[in-house]
Amino acid sequence: MSVRHALLALLSEGPKFGLRLQQEFEERTGEVWPLNVGQVYMTLQRLERAGLVESDDEGGPGPQKRFMITQAGGAELQGWLRTPASDIPPPRNELVIKVLISLRVPGADVYDIMQVHRRHMIELMQRYSRLKTEAAQNDIELALIADAELFRLEGVVHWLDAAETRLKQHPVPDPAGRPAAAADRRDAQMPTLAAHIQGTAVRR
Amino acid sequence: MTAALELREVSKVYGSGSAEVHALCGVSLSVSAGELVAVMGPSGSGKSTMLTIAGSLEEPTSGQVLVAGMELSGASPNDQAKLRRRIVGYVFQDFNLLAGLTAVENVTLPLELDGVRGRAARSTGMRALEELGVAERADRFPDELSGGERQRVAIARAVVGDRRVLLADEPTGALDSVNGEAVMRLLLAACRRGVAGMVVTHDAVLASCADRVVFLRDGRMIDQTRTPPGPESLLTSGPQR
Repeated sequence: MSVRHALLALLSEGPKFGLRLQQEFEERTGEVWPLNVGQVYMTLQRLERAGLVESDDEGGPGPQKRFMITQAGGAELQGWLRTPASDIPPPRNELVIKVLISLRVPGADVYDIMQVHRRHMIELMQRYSRLKTEAAQNDIELALIADAELFRLEGVVHWLDAAETRLKQHPVPDPAGRPAAAADRRDAQMPTLAAHIQGTAVRR
Repeated sequence: MTAALELREVSKVYGSGSAEVHALCGVSLSVSAGELVAVMGPSGSGKSTMLTIAGSLEEPTSGQVLVAGMELSGASPNDQAKLRRRIVGYVFQDFNLLAGLTAVENVTLPLELDGVRGRAARSTGMRALEELGVAERADRFPDELSGGERQRVAIARAVVGDRRVLLADEPTGALDSVNGEAVMRLLLAACRRGVAGMVVTHDAVLASCADRVVFLRDGRMIDQTRTPPGPESLLTSGPQR
């Protein structure tokens, strides 16, 4: 999330005070991307130094200072909107690293580990779905932000599902030298885990 | 909270000897009135078997199924059929509406099969269509409706009358993601009126609309979501029907 470009976008609507910018940013994205007022003023100072915004008060930064976008700022904003996000090289993916490492750690049950992450992703997704359900029907901006997160997380769940299928088809040899039997190991642990979960379900 | 649908140690085995397939292995799950539970799992994990057993379309090999407090396994085929018509509603991926009947006729069909007279059935059917926002399409035939409208009619048929349990198998499969989400919201709203819902889906986004998500693997329930998705619990049931 580029805070500087978000602020330029808000200023493209007209001159605004710093505090107002923070409020508007929070109103539009705050439930997903909270932003404190200190970040706003620091970013505005940088934008002003770069000639992308100007203020109508020569005094120090504060709530009374009004900011306006410059012509250079407008050009910067237009250019940024049309620049595809750089995904090369891909961002470091902690989950992929954890799953790959778990294949090499003696005693680590990769299926169990993947399920922990899968459940966490779905619980996160439930929060975003809830956010959409509770939002006003016409709050399109919030729906778009929630959708973006939902589909990103769904991609992670898809990857976990595909990884599980691949590992079942081609189990990785146990690092301790025992024969590859990942699926059997999982089945052996299943009754304990299932009993625990089902006990929880009955108590609900 | 009342468990409107309860599976206790339910197992299902198909075939015998070397051809034996354990589709479900000791699954226990309780769904409360007002709650929507999504069931996720890979192909062959037992999702659909669980749904058909919950709806008494299939007998479990062992274990108990209780619907609205009544045990299904001991009931006669006649009683089970009656229960299916009165208490349990189904929503299918391909809607399963009868092409020769209008929307409201499709909705009232289960009532009429159960002996509810024409005018009373129509009035109950219209109420269900109103709840789903398609009352003005009541006299249209399925091929005159959009995909989203057809699915709304199918949900109205599943909740019409005094249904206590709503079962759905990939109910959004034919719809795009935004319309699929709308269907999930309708299912959730139907549950809030006091129905226990169970929806089988492979779609994580749609599953996340549910109050709780349970995960099946190889016929076993291996996990479920544990935290309520918001600050206040979603599991409170709405006004009873």
